[in-house]
Amino acid sequence: MSEFFAMGGYAGYVWSCYGLTLVILAGNLWFSRRELKAQIQRATRRNQTAETP
Amino acid sequence: MWLWFYKLASPPYAYAIAARWRPWLLWSALILMVISAYGGLVLAPPDYQQKDAFRIMYVHVPSATLSLSVYVIMAVAAGIGLIWRIKLAHAVAAACAPIGAWFTVLALATGSIWGRPMWGTWWEWDPRLTSELIQLFLYLGYMALRSSFDDTQRADRAGAILAIVGVVNVPIVKYSVVWWNSLHQGPSISKLGAPSIASPMLWPLLLMMLAFMLYFAAVLCDRVRAEILRRERNASWLASVAAGT
Amino acid sequence: MEPGLLQIVMLVVARELRLAVRHWDQVVQPLIFFVVVTTLFPLAISPSLSELRNIAPGVVWVAAMLASLLSLESLFRPDVEDGTMEQWALSGQPLALLLLAKTVTHWLLTGLPLVMMAPWMGTALGLPVSVWPVLAGSLALGTATLSILGAIGAALTVAVRRGSVLLALLVLPLEMPVLIFGARAVDLATHGEAVAGPLNLLAAMLLLCLALGPFAMSAAMRVSME
Repeated sequence: MSEFFAMGGYAGYVWSCYGLTLVILAGNLWFSRRELKAQIQRATRRNQTAETP
Repeated sequence: MWLWFYKLASPPYAYAIAARWRPWLLWSALILMVISAYGGLVLAPPDYQQKDAFRIMYVHVPSATLSLSVYVIMAVAAGIGLIWRIKLAHAVAAACAPIGAWFTVLALATGSIWGRPMWGTWWEWDPRLTSELIQLFLYLGYMALRSSFDDTQRADRAGAILAIVGVVNVPIVKYSVVWWNSLHQGPSISKLGAPSIASPMLWPLLLMMLAFMLYFAAVLCDRVRAEILRRERNASWLASVAAGT
Repeated sequence: MEPGLLQIVMLVVARELRLAVRHWDQVVQPLIFFVVVTTLFPLAISPSLSELRNIAPGVVWVAAMLASLLSLESLFRPDVEDGTMEQWALSGQPLALLLLAKTVTHWLLTGLPLVMMAPWMGTALGLPVSVWPVLAGSLALGTATLSILGAIGAALTVAVRRGSVLLALLVLPLEMPVLIFGARAVDLATHGEAVAGPLNLLAAMLLLCLALGPFAMSAAMRVSME
């Protein structure tokens, strides 16, 4: 198991690449999800104010 | 077929479709990513030349591929929007840019990290890395142009023209950079190339590419929905959607 | 009587040249800029000609590219601001052709003087006299391409307030292939090697830009004038 994590001496490079990939992919997903939520909220708020003048 | 196409181009329908497909795309992407990461990190034998460092390929190559194909998708969507004046196509193009730019950043970063053990430097003016860098400039230019217009419709059309000019330029950039580099060829060229890799090494790569594409589609669904909401702020159909979610 | 298309182009070019004579200082500025930028490199790197000779093709080309970029901002802006462009768009004449004529003038006023000045600056940086034809030829083909690509960018950013940095960000990545082939042709010539390859590629890019560029320009201009 420790041999697997050592990556034949390249551990730093390999794991930093995979870590970076994970961070960027997750961040992208999170940011776009948050943006969508914000837009939905804005649309809902606009609707409510439109219905109760 | 055409009917379906027209239907798809209508924002309420596209909004609903994107919402319905997104979980399927995302979960299949995640599952495939886990499988191919296992295949690439554990099952694939170490490369005889690069040892375990070649495993970076499984994240570097898919992100580099996506950085290019997302740009092409963006330009095609922009072209459709410009020619047939389909608002949804412009929304897709606008949604593509940041995702593609992040794939490009990822490809550059992993390429640079991979270069450290292989070339002995963090950065090498290798044709692939260089054209990847120019690709990033193209994305940044597109996003900068869009953000400099207050009016969405103008931003759409100006951005579309730039994206189309850019996509014509991409093959020229690729070719010129390869040609430029071949004149002072260093020892690095053949190392990143993958000549006829064995199948236990290959299938995780192909699977990972598929997973990245599905992931891209899933994120695109979210971004397109956000774009639609931003554009259709006064449309009546929004009331029902906003109430439902 | 309706004037022919070629006649229109000549009219526009003549008008632009007359304007340029009146504002000759604006025409000279990019050229002075070119000389000043080229002068910076010996100061920054080394006064030894044998060292400068190796980087001279790149230096001349980068300086020419920046000088061409510098003059782009004022390519369409005055005409858009005083309403001339609107008249052109409504005139019923092909806007693409009118804009191409303006771009041709841009090249005549910045590209061509650069082509004529570059050999002198190249010599000052240690390039042998034998590369003059290649240097001038590559710049002639290259700066024309730069003018067209730049005009597309200028048309896109003409409505943007303070668009000059944005213009550079849009245009420079698109121009990189021109820089690669142009500087490399000169570099090959200094080492006495065949230069037909890169020069042909520069010519091919120019033809491609000539064929497609005007349509991109007019489409961009119509968006900017909405």
